[in-house]
Amino acid sequence: MNIDSIQNGFVIDHIAAGCGMKLYNLLGLDDLDVSVAIIKNVTSKKLGKKDIIKIDAVIPLDFDVIGFVDPEATVNVIKDGKLVEKKAICLPKKLTNVIKCKNPRCITSCEQELDNVFVLTDENAKVYRCIYCETKAKLS
Amino acid sequence: MRSLIDILDFTVEELEQLIAVACDIIENPDKYSEKCKGKKLATLFFEPSTRTRLSFEAAMYELGGNVIGFSEAKSSSAAKGESVADTAKVISCYADIIAMRHPKEGAAYVAAKNATVPVINAGDGGHCHPTQTLADLLTIYREKGRFSNITVGLCGDLKFGRTVHSLINALSRYSGVKFILISPEELKIPSYVKKDILEKGNVPFVETTDLESAMPELDILYMTRVQRERFFNEEDYLRLKDSYILTPDKLLNAKKDLAILHPLPRVNEISVAIDSDPRACYFKQVLNGKYMRMALILKLLEEAKR
Repeated sequence: MNIDSIQNGFVIDHIAAGCGMKLYNLLGLDDLDVSVAIIKNVTSKKLGKKDIIKIDAVIPLDFDVIGFVDPEATVNVIKDGKLVEKKAICLPKKLTNVIKCKNPRCITSCEQELDNVFVLTDENAKVYRCIYCETKAKLS
Repeated sequence: MRSLIDILDFTVEELEQLIAVACDIIENPDKYSEKCKGKKLATLFFEPSTRTRLSFEAAMYELGGNVIGFSEAKSSSAAKGESVADTAKVISCYADIIAMRHPKEGAAYVAAKNATVPVINAGDGGHCHPTQTLADLLTIYREKGRFSNITVGLCGDLKFGRTVHSLINALSRYSGVKFILISPEELKIPSYVKKDILEKGNVPFVETTDLESAMPELDILYMTRVQRERFFNEEDYLRLKDSYILTPDKLLNAKKDLAILHPLPRVNEISVAIDSDPRACYFKQVLNGKYMRMALILKLLEEAKR
């Protein structure tokens, strides 16, 4: 894979430096048999430093996950080597089975079949809380 | 289906209606003695709680209804590995309303999402205990005649004390309420309660470790027990359990019309010598809890009919 250009897929750009790997993991990209490039600490006029993920395949991409990790990121859709669409990313209101509740007293800690659901309770502070026990979400 | 999982599920107006019904039950018990005839309450207690369970059962019997249920997880199908969701679906086939206590936080929410009858959260771990808050509110109302313009001292375990968090939530919706939060450093109120409820609502509060200096200002003193079951570490529990013990000498500077509340059971945080003081309201609080549970059962069954 040439990381300068991809034929069909996505370029997730303007990811806050240091968040690229988290996003890679939460998107489940390590489970896919497709070409993926993570470029870390790229010089950026806007951010100083940024991370970029390039995916050379058309896969179902969870934009809520991207918005949760970094709502300032941008997603470029590439078709036949050309940029065809820029997807708007925003902070999702709800996250289902993206992260797990870390509270050992939460009902999700013992009932594995329950969905792990978090809702955005404070947009300014980007706070997500578990719908069951109201514990604040932790990304790492 | 309407349930009560968190005290904030009810508006201030709804809470005041419940208090009005509870006061009417106190005045006219005969009027309510057959209101739930033919109805069944299921008390699903996955962890022991004699007081709350018996309060629910007494409430249902006084309304003329019947009670089924279990009082510990090992005598339920949970011991065989059944999920809370399945238990709620199954019990919905037997009962008209469910009161559930569970050690895991959010269990009552899961039950309410899956039951086809109303679910009352009778305590889910350290998370919520809304019917205790109903008991607290009726006690404050009957002792003070108001919720506004009072100074409330909350003392003891403010970190894991779910009754404390629920009461702060409920009283913060009234004007002129001030909280004095008295606890050891390790058991201070969680930052999210401070930020999301008190600071967000511009509710005045003071944090202190000194009960005696706070005493003269208080209209309500809400004592709590340091709960062994909330600690993962026994050493921490033993170190903190005797942080505050209310004795008659500590009340010397208290107001004459102070109301002392405690969700009970107490261990040693209120000396038995206080029991005969007219300001001790914790046993009245137990009785008030039953009346509020009666009012709540009536409300939820009425709404389920619609």
